[in-house]
Amino acid sequence: MTEPSVTLAASGGQAAAPARPDAALSLRGLTVSYGEKPAVFSVDAAFPAGEMTAIIGPNGAGKSTLLKAALGVIPRLSGEVSVFGQPIETVRGRIAYVPQRASVDWDFPTTVIDVVMMGLYRQVGLLGRLTGALKARALSCLDRVGMASFADRQIGQLSGGQQQRVFLARALAQDADLYLLDEPFAGVDAATERAIIDVLKALKAEGKAVVCVHHDLATVRDYFDNVFMINVRRIAEGPVRTTFNGETLNATYGGRLAATHIDQLNLVEGA
Amino acid sequence: MTPLIEALLLQAGYNAALVAVGAALLGFAAGAAGTFLFLRKRALVSDAVAHATLPGVGLAFIAMVWLGGDGRNLLGLLAGSAVTAGIGLLAVEWMTRRTRLSEDAAIGAVLSVFFGLGIVILTVIQTMSSGRQAGLESFLLGSTAGMLFQDAIVIAVGGSLAVLATWVMRRPMTLVAFDAEYAAASGVNVPGIDRLMMALVMAVTVIGLKIVGLILIVAMLIIPPVTARFWTERSQSLIWYAGGIGAVSGYLGAALSASAPDLPTGPIIVLVAAGLFLLSLFLAPARGVAAAVFRHRRFQRKVHRRQGLLALARQEPIHDELTLRVLRGEGLIRADGVATETGRAQAAKIARDERRWDVAREIHQDTGLTGRYDGLTPIEDVFAPDEIAEFDSRIGGPRAIGEGL
Repeated sequence: MTEPSVTLAASGGQAAAPARPDAALSLRGLTVSYGEKPAVFSVDAAFPAGEMTAIIGPNGAGKSTLLKAALGVIPRLSGEVSVFGQPIETVRGRIAYVPQRASVDWDFPTTVIDVVMMGLYRQVGLLGRLTGALKARALSCLDRVGMASFADRQIGQLSGGQQQRVFLARALAQDADLYLLDEPFAGVDAATERAIIDVLKALKAEGKAVVCVHHDLATVRDYFDNVFMINVRRIAEGPVRTTFNGETLNATYGGRLAATHIDQLNLVEGA
Repeated sequence: MTPLIEALLLQAGYNAALVAVGAALLGFAAGAAGTFLFLRKRALVSDAVAHATLPGVGLAFIAMVWLGGDGRNLLGLLAGSAVTAGIGLLAVEWMTRRTRLSEDAAIGAVLSVFFGLGIVILTVIQTMSSGRQAGLESFLLGSTAGMLFQDAIVIAVGGSLAVLATWVMRRPMTLVAFDAEYAAASGVNVPGIDRLMMALVMAVTVIGLKIVGLILIVAMLIIPPVTARFWTERSQSLIWYAGGIGAVSGYLGAALSASAPDLPTGPIIVLVAAGLFLLSLFLAPARGVAAAVFRHRRFQRKVHRRQGLLALARQEPIHDELTLRVLRGEGLIRADGVATETGRAQAAKIARDERRWDVAREIHQDTGLTGRYDGLTPIEDVFAPDEIAEFDSRIGGPRAIGEGL
């Protein structure tokens, strides 16, 4: 096995991603650290609008951490985050985040429609009324993910896949321009996976930016336009067609990905 | 019982009436403000906060005496208690965030240290010439003797403000309690909301010191929402249900304690709340223990009914006692185990439905429909009559089982 080289970014400044003014989300020098051990180190990234990007990397590589730190869910040690060229605080309303299902207590006293309405809280404010029109909008978002008939169910009664779809509906209700999803396909059934990917592709067609933390290397090629490969540091970034290859996968996963596994991905080596 | 009825009707004297109304108001405020404490799973933090009020009470007394005032001025004592409660809360937060101590360890440390300090200060006050009759130890378990109209006003105003604040902030507090990551991502200041929630809890604790006392106030914050949770699946209604349960507990408890001499008010209120909790635990329609047992039994009987009927259709012997009992109970078999007319018909139907499902799975690739097969859902609930007729035509008509049909 040869040392990975050319297409890979060094962690230093010169190999930084070229500044893309059209980027929906761009990160510069993002560093997150638990104690003295960095979870994400000096990462530059640019996620374009109108395209779908997968963030991939081994367990503990900082995939979810990268998203959360970009959003300010967890504090960053350093780094700049901009969304559509603006500081993130000024454009919160244009960002929809879909956290991991496991981050929530599903016995919480709330119904499916109420969870989707949470996506509207920011818009209606503290005392604004959740009018019939807003409720209709929430219902239509549930309909887009095939969950309209579950509107009045208690959320604890849903299967894992259904829970994931409700989370996606809540993000849709925000009517955002940038969608950040943390492992949306983890542990869901095939029907849900299809429903989610259909919605995400529709969002892309509307010109929205979609960024997913993704764990299933077998579907990267089918689902995504771009790939962002991370293992604490940025390893590679670019179109799936050219960037997603054995060399970058080896560099990202080290010895943890068996060569046979890589062969099974039917990779087309970069031009 | 007459004294109790008098007390319930607010006829047991001015003081008893004042206490009952005050306790009901306090109960409502505590239940409503405690709702998000319960949903955020931070009940024990409020216990630390409550115990941290004690040194403040003592220090406020000493300060007011030094300044030449009345050491027992309630507002002064409450202000003092709020200060040390706030310090205790910040200490828990700081230890959890900045050290390797977990929150429960931090709670234990703050609770015991502040409470110990408070007891020492109270002991010192006992030795002061003006301290003898201070009666500050009544803040431990609450005391309603000599409750003044202005005390009730303090509770009414403070409690109303706490309920109002809970209602106004219900959306961000719901978001933070349900999904703190999502809340932070959509720009909610999560630590700020947590601090606000604890401030509400602190306010209720402080105004509840007089009636319930600092040791038991945590029960007033937690038991009502936990009880209310048995009756509703929506966090917005939980606030009002919990407030109502707290108010009823406060009112009933105060009336009970007024109906007999020397019954302590705070503990009786807590026991009434606990009684409502136990009732809900067993009797609530969806989440109660009795309902769960009933649902399980009904499901078990359905499974046994189906197994028994399938066995009849295949003419296999049945040995399971419960299966036999279920079939006999519905008149599907006779006492000697032989199938009745209805039993044979039902068995034939269930066997045919199994074959219909097989056909359905061949025809429909839609897992949304065939995925609803669990052996118990009637096929008529999933497919329309014409679809079932289609399945039947593929099966080739009902086949006779035994002598049925």
